[in-house]
Amino acid sequence: MYSYTEFDTAFVAERNRQFRQQVERRISGALTEDEFKPLRLMNGLYLQLHAYMLRVAIPYGTLNGAQMDQLALLAEKWDKGYGHFTTRQNIQYNWPELRDVPDMLDALAEVGMHAIQTSGNTIRNVTADHFAGAAADEVADPRPVAELLRQWSTDHPEFQFLPRKFKIAVTGAENDRAVIKAHDIGIQVVEHGGEIGYRVLVGGGLGRTPMIGKELAPFVPQEDLLPYVEAVVSVWNLLGRRDNKYKARIKITVHEHGIDEIRERVASRFAETKAAFNGADLALFDEIAAQFAPPAFRNAPTEAFDAAYEADPVFRAWTDSNLTAHKAGGYAIAQISLKAHGETPGDATAEQMRVMADLARRFGHDELRITHEQNVVLPHVHKSDLPQIHKILKAHGLATANIGMISDIIACPGMDYCALATARSIPIAQEIATRFDELKIENEIGELKIKISGCINACGHHHVGHIGILGLDRAGVENYQITLGGDATETASLGERTGPGFPAEEVVPAIERIVGAYMDHREGPEESFLQTYRRLGMAPFKLALYGEDTGKRSRAA
Amino acid sequence: MSIIVTDAGFAPDDWSAGFETETALDLPSDTDPEALEFDADTQMIRVDFPSFADGRGFTLARLLRLRGYKGRLRAKGHVISDQYAMARRSGFDEVEISDELAARQPEAEWLFRSNWQQHDYQSRMRG
Repeated sequence: MYSYTEFDTAFVAERNRQFRQQVERRISGALTEDEFKPLRLMNGLYLQLHAYMLRVAIPYGTLNGAQMDQLALLAEKWDKGYGHFTTRQNIQYNWPELRDVPDMLDALAEVGMHAIQTSGNTIRNVTADHFAGAAADEVADPRPVAELLRQWSTDHPEFQFLPRKFKIAVTGAENDRAVIKAHDIGIQVVEHGGEIGYRVLVGGGLGRTPMIGKELAPFVPQEDLLPYVEAVVSVWNLLGRRDNKYKARIKITVHEHGIDEIRERVASRFAETKAAFNGADLALFDEIAAQFAPPAFRNAPTEAFDAAYEADPVFRAWTDSNLTAHKAGGYAIAQISLKAHGETPGDATAEQMRVMADLARRFGHDELRITHEQNVVLPHVHKSDLPQIHKILKAHGLATANIGMISDIIACPGMDYCALATARSIPIAQEIATRFDELKIENEIGELKIKISGCINACGHHHVGHIGILGLDRAGVENYQITLGGDATETASLGERTGPGFPAEEVVPAIERIVGAYMDHREGPEESFLQTYRRLGMAPFKLALYGEDTGKRSRAA
Repeated sequence: MSIIVTDAGFAPDDWSAGFETETALDLPSDTDPEALEFDADTQMIRVDFPSFADGRGFTLARLLRLRGYKGRLRAKGHVISDQYAMARRSGFDEVEISDELAARQPEAEWLFRSNWQQHDYQSRMRG
């Protein structure tokens, strides 16, 4: 994996020196709060409901043991002993003091990390497939190009005061685990006649106006990628709306002007931006790519795995739900669920972080990943080590066997932390997970992704949840709208609303009725919730939720 | 009065021809990139920053340079010292600020960012 060059190290040190000075100037009054705000945001610092929040970048979700250990140190030293992993593969600390933040950034720099452009109207931390470099189905590892884009976008002089935030995600496989269709730019590594290039999508996004990204270019060659992406952002920087922040994202620009006009404008701008590149970026790309060479996989027997699989039903259940096929024989990708039933989705304590760091060092080629689904991945583990890994995870509350299941819920921080939230998200997620754990039917239900947002900004990705839950405020009372049929993968779709929302205490019964309708109507256990929904549509679920009366009214209307 | 900021710090404005002349252009931040033109006589182009949060001027400067403009290029208005490096890297030569802004953000704060040629990822991308 990538480690900082001297340039990167010096850059981050200088940036931290500048931020330390900005904090001092804010305190002295040289900077107004209005002027300080974008400066702190582009360094990852938000002002939340109760305190500041620092969002630390984990570029393309990849980190090593020493970096995870340092995240644990930050949690203990400057927060309340835990951190929260987010849907953009970052980690958030919810309780830092402003005066401590420069020291926190210096501590991150010690292990080659930063909080740059995790917020603000900038190009945000570039995300990627969390199985990159390990997945059996990928064309190429997407991380080298994600790192190139990280360097290109970092402190890009033109793009620090954009109309609004701008998010880029990269996948190296046809199977999209990076939600590229819900990003401002989605990039898919593709191969045409032996040449690696990039399919570029534009204008996807969730929030209050959800849109599925559209194809801007089917194949951009390596040497054109940076000038092409630069042309897109350059066009949008001048064309995007600045009169209304809710209409500023590029998805609205694409919607208002049409994808064909945007494509023409980008092509004409590309002719200009391309002229400023001379191939230095290609040499840099090769240097970066060399750092992502796969680890030395070992050839070893897997009998220990097979024996534990036969003998231990708890281990068996965990491997059945939490492992994914690895490209190397004898290896597996293991997911560590941060969704223990009844706990806050995506939270990890400092002790748990150190356990995961240690597992990565001992068994996992010193690599960890953070998923947009708020779990952690050991991307390269030999199967024979899995019984021991599982035993250690179990001892630390990290062996929940629920990846992709109904209790593996994405939830935004909601009203418990966020100043924008209109309803709580975390307690709803906890109640659903606890209820279905009691019912002991998670395995029977199979793959079912619930995603919860506590306001229309949709940080919890509810639009693309198989079941989406959106918490709103109705005259001072929390009310939860439910959508069905959303999909965050290569077959992306936006969920449809079932009908009137539910008060907080009725959400769990409503989810039970939806799941009951699915179990009644599915053709067999092999037909997933999403497949059943796509075959039957909303009607049977609506009936289960609202009864015959609502069904009749809607037919009459 | 206004103050001109360069890598050397603060100085009075030495452009005496004004902006109502053939040799100078005064551009608003919402200038259409299609209309972003200059001719051989153009010696000075000034781009307005109505708010420091309006980053269009950076892209306008960049396009002017990409289109071959070699003359003097000035950012004018609400530009803060933290944006000085961005302005220089985008192609501006100088920044024109008000006395009020100069009083609140004194010369030392601008000089702090006069090392804009260092620590620049773009220069690594472009050789």
